[in-house]
Amino acid sequence: MTKKNMIRVLVVEDDKETAAYIVKGLTECGHIADKAEDGREGLLMADSTEYQVIVADRMLPKVDGVTMTRTLRGSGNRTPILMLSALGDVDDRVVGLKAGADDYLVKPFAFSELQARIEALVRRAEPESPDTVLTVADLEMDLLKREVRRNDQKVDLQPREFRLLEYLMRHSGQVVTRTMLLEKVWDYHFDPQTNVIDVHISRLRGKIDKEFDVTLLHTVRGAGYMLSEPD
Amino acid sequence: MNQISPFKSSAFRITLVYVLLFGLSVFIILGFVYWSTIVYTTNQTEQSINAELQVLSNVYERKGYPGLVTLLSERVLIQQQRPGDSSVYLLVDEQFQRLVGNINSWPKIAQDRRDGWLDFRIDDPRETSSGEYTARARTFVIENRYSLLVGQGMKDLANLKELVGRALIWGLGLTLALGIIGGFMMRQTLSSRLSAINQTARKIMQGDLRKRIATRGSGISSGDEFDELAINLNSMLDQIEGGMEGVRRVSDNIAHDLKTPLARLKNRVEELRFKVAGNIEQEASVDQIIHEADGLLATFNALLRIARIEYSEQRKGFKNVDINSIIHDIEELYEPLIEEKGQSLVVQLGSTIEIWADRDMLFQAFANLLDNAIKYTPEQGVLSIRTRTEDGKWHLDICDNGPGIPENEYEKVVQRFYRLDQSRTTPGSGLGLALVFAVLKVHSMVLNFSDNKPGLKVTVVADTNSELRKNRLESV
Repeated sequence: MTKKNMIRVLVVEDDKETAAYIVKGLTECGHIADKAEDGREGLLMADSTEYQVIVADRMLPKVDGVTMTRTLRGSGNRTPILMLSALGDVDDRVVGLKAGADDYLVKPFAFSELQARIEALVRRAEPESPDTVLTVADLEMDLLKREVRRNDQKVDLQPREFRLLEYLMRHSGQVVTRTMLLEKVWDYHFDPQTNVIDVHISRLRGKIDKEFDVTLLHTVRGAGYMLSEPD
Repeated sequence: MNQISPFKSSAFRITLVYVLLFGLSVFIILGFVYWSTIVYTTNQTEQSINAELQVLSNVYERKGYPGLVTLLSERVLIQQQRPGDSSVYLLVDEQFQRLVGNINSWPKIAQDRRDGWLDFRIDDPRETSSGEYTARARTFVIENRYSLLVGQGMKDLANLKELVGRALIWGLGLTLALGIIGGFMMRQTLSSRLSAINQTARKIMQGDLRKRIATRGSGISSGDEFDELAINLNSMLDQIEGGMEGVRRVSDNIAHDLKTPLARLKNRVEELRFKVAGNIEQEASVDQIIHEADGLLATFNALLRIARIEYSEQRKGFKNVDINSIIHDIEELYEPLIEEKGQSLVVQLGSTIEIWADRDMLFQAFANLLDNAIKYTPEQGVLSIRTRTEDGKWHLDICDNGPGIPENEYEKVVQRFYRLDQSRTTPGSGLGLALVFAVLKVHSMVLNFSDNKPGLKVTVVADTNSELRKNRLESV
């Protein structure tokens, strides 16, 4: 995995095994992860240290994840929060997001999914590039003209392909999962069981990569996709 | 609320029976009053006639024929001077010729019968209009020579009869009218209490298990039979909910407890995959394990999700959703997949409707249906999505020209893990349609299958006029 950006993460999770698993995974990816065992400890740590992302379980002793999120937001803390929950339902997601969480992940999850989402949250928290042109290697996207060029050759994209590519470009160098794509590009929240997203990607790939020697859009096995500059 | 027709309502029928019985009692009571009044009045009349006859016969015995005539003349005179006195006197000879009296002729009906009671009609010369009325009289033969008739006009009795008769009819009519009005009111009251119970029952059937029947805390009808019924039903629901909650918790725990180690297993295998990277043979085996683990996880997720949807109590994710926009999104999401399989999709959408729904759930349900159509239809197949409104109901038809489903399997395919024999070889968990079914159920929608000749036609029907839907739309 790419290590170009080190992220400081606070993991608030009472289940020791899950917490250890997340911390271990993040550390292996070169990030720094601190651990809090309940909501109160999480609040104290979030107030005393500047974190880039907080990963909080929904069900926590003392102060639960939703209350913790609400309290942080109420006190003006804007740190992106990724909420974890064992209760996999849209309803719970709505409650979490309403409280002020930025993303929601149902347990158990593949670590790659969590990692991709944490990295996406950090990228989002950074002020969005004011320029109206996104660039990855020789791929250029003009957001005002709604135009995409690769190596100065115009690429014709359908509106949804444009949004798909825009999302991938905004998160270039990061793994983006199929579920994330369905959520962010299509705005529907469910676990796609079929290869329906893959077909969109392969179509997009056919338009931006096919006629070129260097591949930009990669499949990350077992995780998702990544648009990145060649090494 | 379904308004039951008045004649099917048992409250109305009970009241109607009650009104009829009550009306009959009123009729019997008034009838008895009527009958006894007549009997009493007739007796009174007969007694006074008998007494008068006694007086007259005494006078005859003591003073003979002249005394009788004198007395009769006096009586006639008194009668004529006293308005309202309807006494009748007549003394005739053997040829029924009048000797003295205040009526002109001996009644014809009494000519062959000289002794006894009779009713006859007479003209009262003092009455201006229609002076004819009935009189009751007794005839008496004196020494085989004279016949004496003493009677009383029965005008008062006739009036009384009319009065009581009218009272009878009015009383009966009013009883029936008030009874029917009361019946309607009783039906309203009963059905409003019952419809509260019915509405709650329907909401519970929709999956809102937390709903309870409201009881009347205070007021006249608090603690009545309906409250008792509501309290009993509520505590029954508490027990059922408790039981279901227990089952749900157990199955959630099982699924969760199995899911967590499975996820850990998958993560370890993923780690392993990095370690064996480069060794193509081992990579392939590990990939196979990952694939199996993914399938298992997907099955657990789907099971948990179905359980969640089936028992979701509060629909926090529900809002007004434009249904055509969901279908457009599905069309757009699946278009590349359809193109890749060389299939074609026809989309014909009627006017859109707004529906109180969970957008993500509906999307997943409709997407699953289209996904199935794509999966089970061979390449170059033709698929279609159509919406139409019929009888106030919104219909969504998703058709394919694939192998279809045998008619006797229609009900089974929505069961969890049920798979058709011919589809056992295609990938899938057997939970797709079960999920669709669960989603449609919480949306009060119905799922139907039919033969598309060839292929399968899946129809989703939403009753846009359904009471629940309306309530929800109004409560937004």
